Amino acid sequence: MLLLECPWCGPRSEEEFSCGGEGHIVRPLNPDELDDAAWGDYVFMRRNAKGVHFERWRHAHGCGRWFNVARSTVSHEILAVYRVGDDKPKVAP
Amino acid sequence: MSGRTAEGGRIDRTQRLKFQFDSETMFGYPGDTLASALLANGVRVVGRSFKYHRPRGLMAAGGEEPNGLVRLRRGGRAEPNVRATDILLYDGLLAESQNRWPSLKFDLGALNDRLSPLFPAGFYYKTFMWPASLWPTYEAVIRRMAGLGRAAESPDPDHYDKQYAHCDVLVVGGGPAGLAAAQWAGRTGARVILADEGAEFGGALLGNGQRIDGGAGMDWVTGVVAELGEADNVRLLPRTTAVGYYDHNALVMLQRVADHLARPEPGQPRQRLWQVRASQVILASGALERPLVLSNNDRPGVMGAGAAQTYVNRYGVRPGRRAVLFTNNDSAYPAALDLAQAGVDIAAVVELRPTAPLGWLSRLDEQGIEVLADRAVVAVEGRGAVKAVQIGKLNQARDGAIRGMGRRIECDLLCFSGGWTPSLHLFSQSGAKLDWNAAMGCFLPGDAVQAVRVVGAANGDFALQDCLDQGAHAGNFAANQAGQRRRGRGPRTPVADAGPDLTAPLPIWSIPGGGRGQGCGKAFVDFQSDVTAADLRLAAREGYRSIEHVKRYTTTGMGTDQGRTSNINALGIVAEALAVDVPQVGHTTFRPPFAPVTFGALAGRRIGGLLDPVRRTPMHTWHQANGAAFEPVGQWLRPYFYPRDNETMAEAVDREVLAARSSLGLMDASTLGKIDIQGPDAAEFLNRIYTNGWKGLAVGGCRYGLMLGEDGMIFDDGVTSRLGPEHFHMTTTTGNAARVLDWLESWLQTEWPELAVYCTSCTEQWAVASLCGPNARRLMAALCPELDLSPEAFPAMTWQAAKVAGFETRIFRIGFTGELSFEINVPAGHGPALWQAIMAAGEKYAITPYGTEAMHVLRAEVGFIIVGQETDGTVTPHDLGLGRMVSGKKDFLGKRSLSRADTSRPDRPQLVGLLADDPAIRVPEGAQLIAGANPAPPQVGIGHVTSSYYSPTLGRGFALGLLQGGHGRHGEAVHIAYDGNAVRAVVTPPRFVDVGERAK
Ligand SMILES: [Zn+2]
Repeated sequence: MLLLECPWCGPRSEEEFSCGGEGHIVRPLNPDELDDAAWGDYVFMRRNAKGVHFERWRHAHGCGRWFNVARSTVSHEILAVYRVGDDKPKVAP
Repeated sequence: MSGRTAEGGRIDRTQRLKFQFDSETMFGYPGDTLASALLANGVRVVGRSFKYHRPRGLMAAGGEEPNGLVRLRRGGRAEPNVRATDILLYDGLLAESQNRWPSLKFDLGALNDRLSPLFPAGFYYKTFMWPASLWPTYEAVIRRMAGLGRAAESPDPDHYDKQYAHCDVLVVGGGPAGLAAAQWAGRTGARVILADEGAEFGGALLGNGQRIDGGAGMDWVTGVVAELGEADNVRLLPRTTAVGYYDHNALVMLQRVADHLARPEPGQPRQRLWQVRASQVILASGALERPLVLSNNDRPGVMGAGAAQTYVNRYGVRPGRRAVLFTNNDSAYPAALDLAQAGVDIAAVVELRPTAPLGWLSRLDEQGIEVLADRAVVAVEGRGAVKAVQIGKLNQARDGAIRGMGRRIECDLLCFSGGWTPSLHLFSQSGAKLDWNAAMGCFLPGDAVQAVRVVGAANGDFALQDCLDQGAHAGNFAANQAGQRRRGRGPRTPVADAGPDLTAPLPIWSIPGGGRGQGCGKAFVDFQSDVTAADLRLAAREGYRSIEHVKRYTTTGMGTDQGRTSNINALGIVAEALAVDVPQVGHTTFRPPFAPVTFGALAGRRIGGLLDPVRRTPMHTWHQANGAAFEPVGQWLRPYFYPRDNETMAEAVDREVLAARSSLGLMDASTLGKIDIQGPDAAEFLNRIYTNGWKGLAVGGCRYGLMLGEDGMIFDDGVTSRLGPEHFHMTTTTGNAARVLDWLESWLQTEWPELAVYCTSCTEQWAVASLCGPNARRLMAALCPELDLSPEAFPAMTWQAAKVAGFETRIFRIGFTGELSFEINVPAGHGPALWQAIMAAGEKYAITPYGTEAMHVLRAEVGFIIVGQETDGTVTPHDLGLGRMVSGKKDFLGKRSLSRADTSRPDRPQLVGLLADDPAIRVPEGAQLIAGANPAPPQVGIGHVTSSYYSPTLGRGFALGLLQGGHGRHGEAVHIAYDGNAVRAVVTPPRFVDVGERAK
């Protein structure tokens, strides 16, 4: 049961949140110009990282806001919490 | 003599408690556990073992007890598999032994023991392989013969609670180390929770009589508990077992609030499940005494030395008359002295090590107790009770006893001490590794990965002084780490008398059977799962190398005790059999829960009607009063149909459908998801979300829209209306409303933050009455005389704000039946009144309320799809023949996927109508479509039925389905396979009823 720090509400238990999977996946601006492989990569392919994972979470049963988390998938340590649109922070696993 | 001592113990001898075990009436005292009371009443056999049905007695005095599982209480309050050592005695307690038939003394299942050569490790896997069809028979027999207790047969009348808590320092274990930790942490002002599984704090001090500061150890405990009890920042939780240690210092604990009472006090839960988030955790979880593995070491009367010591010191109960103690470490010596003091005749202390410790030797000598060093107990005699033990000297290789060196001693109690195992289940659950310490013959905590410290015996520091020092230091340190800058005004560190040295046992994992006669009996490792040393060796010979596999194959450590007494011995024996060191075998993963947790505690208050919230529409009471049958749709309860008189469901649905087609029907559509969308970029946003265009929709207009996932598959559909230039009212399918709002929010917040759009759920703010049928306009004219309802002034797919029966409403010219429709939205509070007004005014048109089933028939007759019925996450708009809904001009979510090779191939399953040759047949939804008339397997499916109903309009059954390349196969025949038959059907366009001009 993770303890996540919502950037707007503060530390809350995992059960208040929903996880939105890998973060920093940008929707292509001109999908028509992509071939099937490139579009398929955007829609389906995810990193499934062992170690630092940058992912999206939503404070679903709180303020409702999406934000980003850098989490170690090995230890579940939360390495950083930052807002949507911010760059990936530099974190050491 | 066995039974109760004349004085002493932490029991109240002034008050007698009456209880029943297997219908026999017995007596005990407050302060007793069921276990101590049974021993005091001379009960030796408390249960039958899991597999062999061997008679078993109590082996421990605490939570590690593997044998003494009973069924507690009767009726709905009955609870199986409760450890007798955990049950506090109360007046009127009822307990029954388990796993025996017909009685504990005479158990037919004991034949299993005689037949035991037939039951080696992996027996079930090896034997019951064939024929598979007999498995149900095998299973029924196995379940009866091998197993634990029976669950209660009637509902539990008690209630269970859950509680969340936060603290700075959580201390698990209320022995000397834990008490010192809680005291020091508490004095800093930190918020402290101290939990202990026992009814009384004190841990080992409750049983071993060690002294602190020159007085009784328990006097020190009493002082500390009193101090903690008065502190506002400290919460004491006795009878509370920490069962799970999860990420980020989240722990789950089970508090037995009222298990020591016949029934809970009024308003009191029986048990409470705590979910605690702690800044810092201190584990003072103690250590458990290991059995020695030897022939027939499970006979009633074989018991841990520490347990026997606890029974005499804490409960004033002698577990036997004449005892032999057998040890590989120092802890049996003080136990022997305490037993002798209590009047137990000590026949001998058998010391496995080459020499006995000198200090203890002289103290035993003073009492005239014989110590036999460099000897082993090689066999236990007796079946229902220990009668004697055989003692021998082990040979050099320790694989047998030396001939001629044997000796037999009569006794009724054998106390073993095979060394101490730090209790590290929770520490391991926290994600940390354990390190093997060969000298101590046990695992010790490795580096912590969470904010946790292990202190005292759990840390391998068994000496009382170390426990007190470490606890105090850890308590203070943890409080500071949690943010308490204040240093506790230190209590003077208490000084303890030296106790036995437990750090250097001689680990001989299994004592070879050297005795005569019964010397080759079973040597048990896991008493609860009935696993012997021979089973483990067999597994090793059969090629098992990983302890995880050995565990599953032999079932060692898989009982409700989680192998508390057996794990280390099992590891040692397997390592020996494989000729490797213990660390190479590793240890099994410790998983929650550490102790059994009742389903009641896990469910808490979420049972019955509180399991899941039920959502009811504003008109629910009317539906109930008018005899509606209800259907759950997500969390909603919706009217399913409204049977009249003795109508069947089919008759009611037919009547409702025909009424809507011929005159007037009314449906409660309040459950439709409704989202209010506002902002300057609202139209642009909808343009990106829906497959069709939205910028051209005029204020006052309504439009049907399809939403796709980025994979191009239909995700939701619904009608959205433009209320103003920057204001839209979106509807979604009933079950998908929350998901759609999440979907909209996720795009607005993460991908398109530049769009100024605001989405608000208003599902529950509006009641919706959906009116349809040829007489709908006539009725509306009566209800809102000021409104021009002509098709020119108020055409389909538009909306108007108007008064209906005096209520301010929004009227949408949309529907789901193909008929002339008005969907009237009114603020939810007015829903019932509006509904009744419509029903009253509609009487002259025989207005008929209809439920979800008639709605399904009506929409399917005209070929309207339902998301989640015609679609399943693999269906595109083109598959449904809705290509006209897909804009070619703009981008939208999922558009690019529609041109991927697989998504655009022509033979995809496509929506068609299906008319069986036999009009009376209603095929089951989900049935497979096949090409040929022969349904015999193997078959290649070419599609499936998505919707199937009887149409009273057509007077026949009909269906919708997805058929490979279906759009091009109208007029062809396919077969629908179900129940071993193949029903021939003709493929048609997915539209069966034409409403013509009457819907305008
Ligand atoms: Zn929040």
